[in-house]
Amino acid sequence: MSKLIEVKNLKQYFPAASNSLFNKRFLKAVDDVSFSINRGETLGLVGESGCGKTTTGKSIVRLHEPTSGSIHYDGKDITNVNMLPYRRKMQIVFQDPYASLNPRMAVSDIVGEAIDIHKLASNNKDRKAKIISMLERVGLNSEHANRFPHEFSGGQRQRIGIARSLAVDPEFIVCDEPVSALDVSIQAQIINMFEELQEDLGLTYLFIAHDLSVVKHISNRIGVMYLGKLVELAESYELTFHSLHPYTKSLISSIPEPDPKKSRLQQRIMLEGDVPSPLNPPSGCHFRTRCQYATKICAEQEPTFTEISSGHFVACHHCCD
Amino acid sequence: MSQNLVDIKNLKLSFFTAAGEVKALNDVSIQMKQGDVLGIVGESGSGKSVTAYSLMGLVPHPGKIIGGSIAFDGHYINEMSEKELRILRGNKLSIIFQDPMTSLNPVYTIGNQIEEVILLHATKSKKIASKRALDLLNLVGINEPRRRLKQYPHELSGGMRQRVMIAIALACEPKLLIADEPTTALDVTIQAQILELMGELRKKIGMSIIMITHDLGVVANMCEKIAVMYAGKIVEYGTADEIFYNPKHEYTKGLLLSIPKISATKHEKLIPIDGTPVDMLMPPKGCPFAPRCASCMKICLKEMPPYTDINEDHYSACWLLQKAAYDTITNGVAR
Repeated sequence: MSKLIEVKNLKQYFPAASNSLFNKRFLKAVDDVSFSINRGETLGLVGESGCGKTTTGKSIVRLHEPTSGSIHYDGKDITNVNMLPYRRKMQIVFQDPYASLNPRMAVSDIVGEAIDIHKLASNNKDRKAKIISMLERVGLNSEHANRFPHEFSGGQRQRIGIARSLAVDPEFIVCDEPVSALDVSIQAQIINMFEELQEDLGLTYLFIAHDLSVVKHISNRIGVMYLGKLVELAESYELTFHSLHPYTKSLISSIPEPDPKKSRLQQRIMLEGDVPSPLNPPSGCHFRTRCQYATKICAEQEPTFTEISSGHFVACHHCCD
Repeated sequence: MSQNLVDIKNLKLSFFTAAGEVKALNDVSIQMKQGDVLGIVGESGSGKSVTAYSLMGLVPHPGKIIGGSIAFDGHYINEMSEKELRILRGNKLSIIFQDPMTSLNPVYTIGNQIEEVILLHATKSKKIASKRALDLLNLVGINEPRRRLKQYPHELSGGMRQRVMIAIALACEPKLLIADEPTTALDVTIQAQILELMGELRKKIGMSIIMITHDLGVVANMCEKIAVMYAGKIVEYGTADEIFYNPKHEYTKGLLLSIPKISATKHEKLIPIDGTPVDMLMPPKGCPFAPRCASCMKICLKEMPPYTDINEDHYSACWLLQKAAYDTITNGVAR
């Protein structure tokens, strides 16, 4: 399997309001994260709000300029290059279908803009045909082309967002919480569409969401983030049934199962307290303040992200005890 | 005594907007006994929040109750004046809103906001009120409660704010707590904490809870009875086990099939419900779910189905059930 995306030691720091003139403070949104995505696979990224999963996704398509580290696309370092040729290959679908479409542009222009920028259509007729084929691909039709975003429901808008990203024939799509703003009955429609598109077009996804059941359903492998760090990465069934990191374990046990009998028997691993501020993360292991297994070494040393078994990476001092 | 704590009968509520009348609630009836935990599930716009708000006497502006009655603990909410309602709200009847970020007043301290409720309903003594506020913060599991009392909402995290909201709601030990998507804005690990807390407090105080949510996992976890709403109508009502293991309405069945489960051991394709949610300005004539229903019949497009009783505690509004009942009767006669 060839690696399509490779992220090496990615750091994304944002300057934060500092308490003194000389002491600059940074919010370490993503702190030393490395992983790769194989061609044709879906890598899921989960974590709670503020853990840096969206920032990671945006840094990969360079909507943020990484503070340090490198991003490789198909073997080539794209950390410091002109992105225009790569924008055709890497696209992103955003979380909020209400905010990510320009309300003053007709659907045909939203989808057509990408075609124009990359000069993918030789003439007007060709452009129109391309737009309509994109809309049909996502379950809309030619009638919808001249309407404006406000005329559509949330699910339909997300379809437009997906059509827009597909218009340039990409190989890789970052899906940033694409279903979390949608109603339950619509979520399944969009999830199935992502799967069908992947089968038909051979797409590679980075699927970011906070809902682990959705991520598990769609992904081949899953990465779990906590306070800017990747704490565990494994094949999705391995991760859900044989997780090693205490954070992943409690995350999985916290999901309320839509099944009353199982739910009554469910053993929850409760986490104490809240996520610490990313401006002032705990020393050593970031998770230690909420971890029931934390010992002295956790405060002193940051655990390394190591491969425990084939393809299963964990960053924890005590996962093998 | 078998008097119902909550008795909503044939409630009809419409919003009179510039674009036309929106029938937000269409013949909604709910009965609850003291101690019951009822879950109301539905998509956005299905009327689940409006049902709960109308029980609090909070009908948002262009909305008007056009029929039916709402009784709580022997009081008829829809006939009460604002003044009478105020005595009830926050006292016997409390609500937690969805968004803990916006439901606390940013310019008052946490302590101030909890004491306000107690001073209004329970006591005139500030000293007793502040002691009670401290106890409440302890009860909902906030660390360093003494310091928190003096803090402002912006100094607390989302999970903490929701705990404060719960403390305010519980200040006067209400008979009924309405929780409107109390955990939707929170992370899963925090959600688990809050749900656990609500379950514990329910046992301690013995209150009833109405849990409004779109998350089937949350209702499976918390509720004994479940009402499934679609387009302003309760389409199915039953015990949690009946709804999850013996669903009768096509919408309920569809919902259960369309959610991915964390415990699934192999990849199964989700079965989505086709189509889009109802446009409430132009609802279909018959059953509101008919345009999205795979087993839609002719009559479904013409007339609203009546409720069919499946058993004592389980009913649903679907023509298929009527047809099944009719078939058994006629076959029985033929034999």
